[in-house]
Amino acid sequence: MASLGELERAVMDLLWAGHEAATANTLRDRLAQTSVGRDGAAGHEGKELAVTTVLTVLSRLEKKGLVERERGTRPHRYQAVSSREDHTAELMHEVLGSAPDREAVLARFIGSVSEGEAETLRKLLGHL
Amino acid sequence: MFWASYLLAVLAIVLAWPVPILLSRAQWPARSPFTAMVLWQAIALAGGLSMIGAMLVYGLEPIGDNLLAGLRSLAGMVLYNAPTTALGFWHIFALSAAALLTAHLVFTLLLTYYKIERQRQRHRELLALLASPSAEGTGTLVINHDSPVAYCLPGGARSVTVLSDGLMAALEPAELRAVLIHENAHLSQRHHLLLWAFAAWRQALPWLPTTRLAQESVNSLIEMLADDVALRTESKATLIKAIAIVASGSPGAARDAELQSGGPSLALAGIDSAAGTSGSDSARTTASRVSRLLSPQPQLPSPVRSLVLAGCVLLLALPTALLVVPGLLG
Repeated sequence: MASLGELERAVMDLLWAGHEAATANTLRDRLAQTSVGRDGAAGHEGKELAVTTVLTVLSRLEKKGLVERERGTRPHRYQAVSSREDHTAELMHEVLGSAPDREAVLARFIGSVSEGEAETLRKLLGHL
Repeated sequence: MFWASYLLAVLAIVLAWPVPILLSRAQWPARSPFTAMVLWQAIALAGGLSMIGAMLVYGLEPIGDNLLAGLRSLAGMVLYNAPTTALGFWHIFALSAAALLTAHLVFTLLLTYYKIERQRQRHRELLALLASPSAEGTGTLVINHDSPVAYCLPGGARSVTVLSDGLMAALEPAELRAVLIHENAHLSQRHHLLLWAFAAWRQALPWLPTTRLAQESVNSLIEMLADDVALRTESKATLIKAIAIVASGSPGAARDAELQSGGPSLALAGIDSAAGTSGSDSARTTASRVSRLLSPQPQLPSPVRSLVLAGCVLLLALPTALLVVPGLLG
């Protein structure tokens, strides 16, 4: 059985690639065509990935603030809150930014350096 | 035990002000980062202990010959409503301050832990969706980003080292190995615990400028410790190149610069001046790391290192003794 983590990733990939809102049913059908969806069926012979499982995954993603539901339509249609690139940018902003407690959250190989220092390092590189 | 509270107060002041300033300006920590790291921890611990101890011992002075007897009488007053007439205003003030400071330090430590953990959790969630496993081994992820970035996200068994596409493209295999060993050293030496403790120390006492000095020094020392681990298997030139490429951001510009002229001493002078100026903390860290690699100094002789470590033990023993010994003498 594919783990919830793998399913979350697969669902986000679909939503990011599709650029439009999709229902749990649609997502289930598309997942069934991917390896993750087939793994999901492997546990029980002949049993396909259940729509309820997809809904569980979607509600987990909603709690994490990654997916939003279109209100007013039934069945609910889901879409990604922001694009994959935006999330990557958010992540890198956290890594490269200078928030005061960032230094305790993760350890970067090199902290930020000014242009002048970068220049000095580049010159230095010439002599190695 | 009156004199003990004065000695503790003097110790607290010395450890809060001149000692951290001297240590942050000293050159030897770059030669023996581990020893310096232990010393910073001893200074912070002993400093906190003597701050609280001084107020506690002063406040308990009228109601007990020693710490235990004093605490017992105090418990009687708080829990069983025993008369408090023996305590003057300043005694009660000192005792309240000691209790508040202790609670504040513990609370800040826990709050900082909670905040850090929440940010890491969120970061891990996003990584699970955005990053892909790397060929470099388990616990290493690759994220789709052009600038060269490498970092590690601590989290026990879920610790990961993250590399960007840009980094993989910019570095030669040996340089990449040096980066990975450096990041894994952070994880295996549990540097995040030090970062947490000193971040909390600074958060708790932001008006004490030396807590900032301590945090900056510790940040820089862990980088040196991780560099030393990388140097066990990779050459110095490889590591310096990796640092320079990642720091200068664009690999193209860095590689082009290999054609430029100018003596190494000139470049080194630039680095040193960068280390001395009021650049950002991390810039100074990078500069001191590179100058340390370029002009290596021998490790402190082992008798000196033993002496410093003995000093650390003494630093912790002194406030403890001042708290306990008056009781033994009395």
